[in-house]
Amino acid sequence: MAEGVASEPRILPGLSALNRPYWTGGAEGRLMIARCGACGFYLHPPMPACRRCGSDDVGPQAVSGRGRIASFTINHQAWMPGMRVPFVFVAVELEEQAGLHVFSNVEGCAPEAVAAGMAVEVFFRAAEDVHLPFFRPVAP
Amino acid sequence: MILPERKVCISGAGQSEVARPSSRDALALTVDACRGAIAAAGLTPGDIDGLATYPGLIANGDGMSPVGATETMIALGLSPTWVGASTEGHAHMGAIFNAIQAIASGLCRHVLVFRTVAQATARAQVHHAGIIGGAQATTARSWGGMAWQMPYGAVSAAPLFALYAQAYFARYGATSRQLGAIAVNSRRMAALNPNAIYRDPITIEDYLAARMISDPLRIYDCDTHIDGSTAILLSHVDCAADLPRPPILIEAMGMAIGGFGAGLHEGDFTRLPADRAGEMLWSRTELTPADLDFAQIYDGFSILTLLWLEALAICGRGEAAAFVEGGARIALDGVLPLNTGGGQLSAGRFHGYGHLFEACAQLWGEAGARQLADPQVGVVSNGGFGYGALLLRR
Repeated sequence: MAEGVASEPRILPGLSALNRPYWTGGAEGRLMIARCGACGFYLHPPMPACRRCGSDDVGPQAVSGRGRIASFTINHQAWMPGMRVPFVFVAVELEEQAGLHVFSNVEGCAPEAVAAGMAVEVFFRAAEDVHLPFFRPVAP
Repeated sequence: MILPERKVCISGAGQSEVARPSSRDALALTVDACRGAIAAAGLTPGDIDGLATYPGLIANGDGMSPVGATETMIALGLSPTWVGASTEGHAHMGAIFNAIQAIASGLCRHVLVFRTVAQATARAQVHHAGIIGGAQATTARSWGGMAWQMPYGAVSAAPLFALYAQAYFARYGATSRQLGAIAVNSRRMAALNPNAIYRDPITIEDYLAARMISDPLRIYDCDTHIDGSTAILLSHVDCAADLPRPPILIEAMGMAIGGFGAGLHEGDFTRLPADRAGEMLWSRTELTPADLDFAQIYDGFSILTLLWLEALAICGRGEAAAFVEGGARIALDGVLPLNTGGGQLSAGRFHGYGHLFEACAQLWGEAGARQLADPQVGVVSNGGFGYGALLLRR
């Protein structure tokens, strides 16, 4: 059986100067998150300035790619013709900062095995000019 | 200082037919609703000196906002001094807040506010459901706040709000049987509303057996797209003596922005920025949640209603699910009748304005078979990305 990727077909993100590091850092295997050089605060979605300390010294920085599932849903509805379901849509809280969430899909385990608090790590999948971050369970 | 909202009353309300889809053009539905509101206030188009809508024309074919202020102005023969429309700000209720400010500042005396949707027509043309942004969205790149979730299949808001439902369930031990009470209540109310789209009652067993959309949200937890229009006429309270209906007074307003619209999730999936709208609302009045005779609370997804019940301090944190369980407390004869017109889950996605229309109908004693006994005070709240609440009294 041909292996399909759940949640495809996919609507890819448009790229801008601010979001390009996040969506293309996977080409080097890195998850890039905007961070304030002055106070160390991470900002996602990426911002041009730090809302915590006001510094303009904000730029992309590679993070560990590890985190925990803050919340999840098993999506059963095909929102576009031919969409592969079910897929697991998640908010991952990255380990670098409390409340630092990214949206993604979790793969590499049965949807029913996904649980809040599960430890996950990033992997990437290329599509056209972007490298989308996905997550999979960390082996216990 | 007199609060700006105390200078303003609701003088009229109108609503078009609701259909999936309508045979009538969206502009015609808009004219129907607006004429209804103007007539209800005993006014003529020449009296209308302000016009507002949310969000304003979005000409992308997805039916989200197919009619703007300018064409409505021309269609009705209006000559407003002031016009306001914005996709930004407090979302649905933002147009109402803008109108209140325009009247309170003396720019105008009678502001017509309308909201028109033609999503049923749009989706019949596209032959699939749920895409935000219409047919173009399936081939184009995504931009803005939704772009952070759309690449992962979450091209509808349903998976996003399912994250909230899942987290709320996990933190507070809430159950599908509890959440389902919102949907069952909506159908029970809609059965008594001749302008509701889904009027056949469902049981909690029907709910639990229904198709899962994005766990734990089932089909009955998601509102239904329609074609329809609602119009609300706001007037300066100085006009109240001339109105055919008792003025509906705006005791207080509450507003907040934040959340998913800009991709700026605030870090907690068990509450909404709506909390700040609730705090603002109650800070502007001596009334308390105990004074409410009904609540018309946004239900684009059922989980939003639970979170709003807590944001409005009607229920304590984590207590809304137990409050609605079984449906007795939120029934017409319950302690707090909820979404008495059927809400968006059953009456259709009038996108917040159905809730406000129903509040007016109740306070005017014009709600027919679902009329409450002499209600005096009610709350209306709208939104899942920009947030607004109104405390209304007769």
